[in-house]
Amino acid sequence: MTMRPQPRFPEPDTQPFWDATKEKKLIYQTCDDCPEVIFYPRAHCTKCGSLNNTWNDSKGLGTVYTFSVVMQSRHPAFKDIGPYAVAYVDLDEGFRIMTNVINVDDPVNDIKIGMRVKLAWLDQGEGEIALPMFEPA
Amino acid sequence: MSQTREVAVVGIHEYPLRVAPGVSALQIKAESASKALADAGLSWQDVDAVYDNGQNQNIGGLSISEYFGFKPRLIDVTSVGGTSYEFQAHHAATMIAAGKANVAVLTYGSTAHSNRVAIGTAGATGQGAPTPFNNMEDSWGMTGIAGYGMVKARHMHQYGTTNEQFAEISVATRYHAMRNPEAVKAMTDLEFVGVNEITVQDVVDSRMIAWPLHLLECCMVSDGGGAVVIASKDVVKNTKKKPVWIIGGGEATKYRENGGDITVSAGAQSGPVAFADAGVTPSEIDVLMAYDSFSITVMLMIEDLGFCKKGEGGDYVSSGILKFDQSGGPALNTDGGGLSSNHPGERGIFCILEATRQMRGESTSQVDNAKLAVAVGNGGQLGARHATSPIILAAD
Repeated sequence: MTMRPQPRFPEPDTQPFWDATKEKKLIYQTCDDCPEVIFYPRAHCTKCGSLNNTWNDSKGLGTVYTFSVVMQSRHPAFKDIGPYAVAYVDLDEGFRIMTNVINVDDPVNDIKIGMRVKLAWLDQGEGEIALPMFEPA
Repeated sequence: MSQTREVAVVGIHEYPLRVAPGVSALQIKAESASKALADAGLSWQDVDAVYDNGQNQNIGGLSISEYFGFKPRLIDVTSVGGTSYEFQAHHAATMIAAGKANVAVLTYGSTAHSNRVAIGTAGATGQGAPTPFNNMEDSWGMTGIAGYGMVKARHMHQYGTTNEQFAEISVATRYHAMRNPEAVKAMTDLEFVGVNEITVQDVVDSRMIAWPLHLLECCMVSDGGGAVVIASKDVVKNTKKKPVWIIGGGEATKYRENGGDITVSAGAQSGPVAFADAGVTPSEIDVLMAYDSFSITVMLMIEDLGFCKKGEGGDYVSSGILKFDQSGGPALNTDGGGLSSNHPGERGIFCILEATRQMRGESTSQVDNAKLAVAVGNGGQLGARHATSPIILAAD
């Protein structure tokens, strides 16, 4: 089976995030100089421009903000897997991640906006990064 | 620029074919520039400002003046996806009003259909230079259409908007397309299943591409292009057609944010700026050329530019006002739109072209006594990052 598109490196903003997935950790940044939660990862604060921030571990619990179910994808990794849900999930720590909602029978009817979900890792190979996915909590 | 008549669209051309094998994007641009200048009654040597999206060249937008043979004193390579042309028109109008140039040419060309570019369904390739954007999006298989599907799903959830209401946008647009011979030829050449008027039921019964977006809510992938000539009021005295004045413009971008409202587009920021610039209000607008990549894109433009309150777009579009021969609100996408006439990837220029035709009285779905039009483009990816730019045009 064709691999999904993988994150590519060197890419210093997002490298720590992806390195942490090798240990099944979902991490995010908070600004040291204002209350902002920074995500996707960047070396600066998107609210105040501070260059001081801290990485934190997420508990991996959140809510589906919105989703779409792809019926037609030309990409070889996705074209034969049947309908799949692409979603934004709002984590309880205050950041929004793009992801897939998985482990449902019928994505159109079994996923609801506002539904609680929890982290589920999709391995991409031994010693490689893992993709953070979400499933009904 | 407020209600002043300083700068006008004086020449236009829309490349007539949507399936154009054997020509290049650059050739479409040059042919369109030549015919738009002829439409204006101006010459190749009159051009002193070039606006371009920087595509199909070897160094950004550097090569375009060389290719054309222009020697401009203003060069602007603004590339923000499908609304690049509203940005460029806004820039050109501002700079010409400031006396920096007299005759600006904007061009667009694309062979997306002939090159078999799967604009909406390809998803990320996982190729190319690493960026934070790609690294946080590519792995989950979001197609272009799914990005818009996520916005539509949230709009339905948040405001109770229905599929039937969204379908009204497709129905009105096709109604206009069937009156436009170039749109009919486009749908025929692109082998649309039914080249005819459609109903709300046809739209909601059409195949789901990315839930909740149906096939008939999605734009075509065509070849095509066009050109716009914009000139100062001094030049206008010597042009062939009635000038169409650019009286306002605005620009904004919006992107994914923690806690952000995905149902609000950048138009909520740039719309009020453009209307204030023009000194007019949405209720005065006769024609709304809103970039219809998908039904949801139009819904957000209608709401965010203030044609109705936020979240009330569903009721607004189902009140029957979108067709050119109905009153009560602006006519929508009277050329047939990206849904049913022309979408080679960056449709924004066609919004300006048809708005100009309406202000001249040349549309195939001409609104009686049309005086004011909005051309609003939406570029990028509505659910991830996009730009929205309205420009406001006035008849002479």
